[in-house]
Amino acid sequence: MGAWVPVVIGVLYATGFYLMMRRSIVRMIMGLVLLSHGTNLLIFVSGGLRDVVPIIEVGARAPSRPTADPLAQAMILTAIVISFAVLAFALVLAYRSYENIGSDDVDELRAEEP
Amino acid sequence: MRFLTVLPIALPMATAIVCLFLREHARAQRIACAAGATLHLSVAVTLLCRVHAKGIQVVQAGSWPAPHGISFVADLFSAIMVVLTGIIGLAVALYSVRSIDNARVSLGYYPLLQVLLMGVSGAFLTGDIFNMYVWFEVLLISSFVLLSLGGGKAQIEGAIKYVVLNLISSAFFVAAVAVLYGLTGTLNLADLSRVAESRALEGSLTLPAILFMFAFGIKAAIFPLYFWLPASYHTPPPAVAALFAGLLTKVGVYALVRVFTLVFVHDVGVTHGILLVSAMVTMVLGVLGAAAGRDVRRILSFHIISQVGYMVLGLALYTPLALAGTVFYIAHHILVKANLFLVGGLIQRAGGSYDLKRLGGLSSSHPWLAALFLIPALSLAGLPPLSGFYAKLTLLAAGLQSGEYLAVAVALVVGLLTLYSMIKIWQEAFWKPVPADAAAVTPGVTVHRVLPVAALALMTVLIGVCVGPLYALSREAGDQLMDRRAYVIAVLGEGR
Repeated sequence: MGAWVPVVIGVLYATGFYLMMRRSIVRMIMGLVLLSHGTNLLIFVSGGLRDVVPIIEVGARAPSRPTADPLAQAMILTAIVISFAVLAFALVLAYRSYENIGSDDVDELRAEEP
Repeated sequence: MRFLTVLPIALPMATAIVCLFLREHARAQRIACAAGATLHLSVAVTLLCRVHAKGIQVVQAGSWPAPHGISFVADLFSAIMVVLTGIIGLAVALYSVRSIDNARVSLGYYPLLQVLLMGVSGAFLTGDIFNMYVWFEVLLISSFVLLSLGGGKAQIEGAIKYVVLNLISSAFFVAAVAVLYGLTGTLNLADLSRVAESRALEGSLTLPAILFMFAFGIKAAIFPLYFWLPASYHTPPPAVAALFAGLLTKVGVYALVRVFTLVFVHDVGVTHGILLVSAMVTMVLGVLGAAAGRDVRRILSFHIISQVGYMVLGLALYTPLALAGTVFYIAHHILVKANLFLVGGLIQRAGGSYDLKRLGGLSSSHPWLAALFLIPALSLAGLPPLSGFYAKLTLLAAGLQSGEYLAVAVALVVGLLTLYSMIKIWQEAFWKPVPADAAAVTPGVTVHRVLPVAALALMTVLIGVCVGPLYALSREAGDQLMDRRAYVIAVLGEGR
């Protein structure tokens, strides 16, 4: 399993950056979504890829074999929840800006900048 | 009294909840928020006194022993930052009483303000790198809403730029945490500091170091990552802008100082070398942007960038005196910068506009306002005997001590240019006769607006007149930042 995960992360990052360099605000946000997915996978990898569940058997004081790292998964869970909330806000903001400015193009965001 | 360390986080949360319950009563919310901010400040001052008297204070959340649970750590630097948060929180709460309209209040302005203060205090007090990410998100989401709340086109535009850049920064922050965790297997800052000293990791830590520099660099607005700041900070109402200008970029600077004094000190030549170059360019470009500006708030926004350069300069020099300079500079800057944004709001009230072309004659129509502007403005430029002079002097002395003559020269020239752009605001808004196309003035410069401005100005003068105590405190904080061993022992216990 280990070999293809870095490739997936790389593809997610590359696609995310490509989308963020587009002029459309919605694409920019989609790029951020992909970026945060890539980052979550990176945390997953950083915990070490092992397919043994981190359960300590009855009576034992430590798992008998090296297990998957539960802390990395707890971090991913936190990161997913946070990015879900933040991206929901970003989508609403994009919609408000579309209502206000009438365009999805970042080049139109120039009212306050000379 | 162990809980004193987490009270600066718990109190704003309680105040936010109270404000939420008072949702329909704007007046009650204003009172509750001011009372909560007063309590927050007094708790913060108590914490600082305790840290000063008894050394680093540590609380392990849920009593889980140190590297496994989440630690909250208050050393002198953290405690000073929390006190500054309290001061700005109170000043903004008072200034908001009359300047934030009821529509914004009913949309949740006060709960958001308190959640922001909670996030900032949490980021200052946590001793765990992933927990710091969570606090960053807490303060970010509330700052997103505060920035766009009740605004028209300009505020929405500013908010989009701010939100997107900060989300990118957060993604890199988490990526950096992931890489660091993969390398070291720990998230506790003290434990990271201990593990980072092992020979096996030498070299490989530079990758997460640069990732952290990028993530915190965006938040702190250092070169070349500052473009979002002048595009967004001038759009919200003055109370919100003062809060952002005073506190938010400084959270980035705090995070930079924390990780680059505690964890990433194995390769100072590379990491702090990059920071040194970045600091110099930041100072110059920020002040040039300010010198070219025509709008009071945009000029002030560019000055934040330039001043962040000074703070990062102290970190990049990485000597006890330089770090003391950074601490002193942050303290001075937070007070002065928030004050200038509030004064900017007063200028808009008194003159009807933020545009220098349409302002004029304020020195004769509002002489007291001229005095209130001049004190923080001259302090920002670093004129004696105000606080900015001693802040710059400490950094320059540290620069000369380290033999970084180029950085010292840059800092001096930037100081002069700062004075130039402040004089420009002075001449245009205060001395020039009232222009023909001057904007209509809405009367209403009330005591609620002037009181916090005057109090912050008084603090600047007081720091300048009796500089001894704050300087001594900064020196102690600087020494403490250089002494990683003491931090590790305080968190993890003896024998580690």
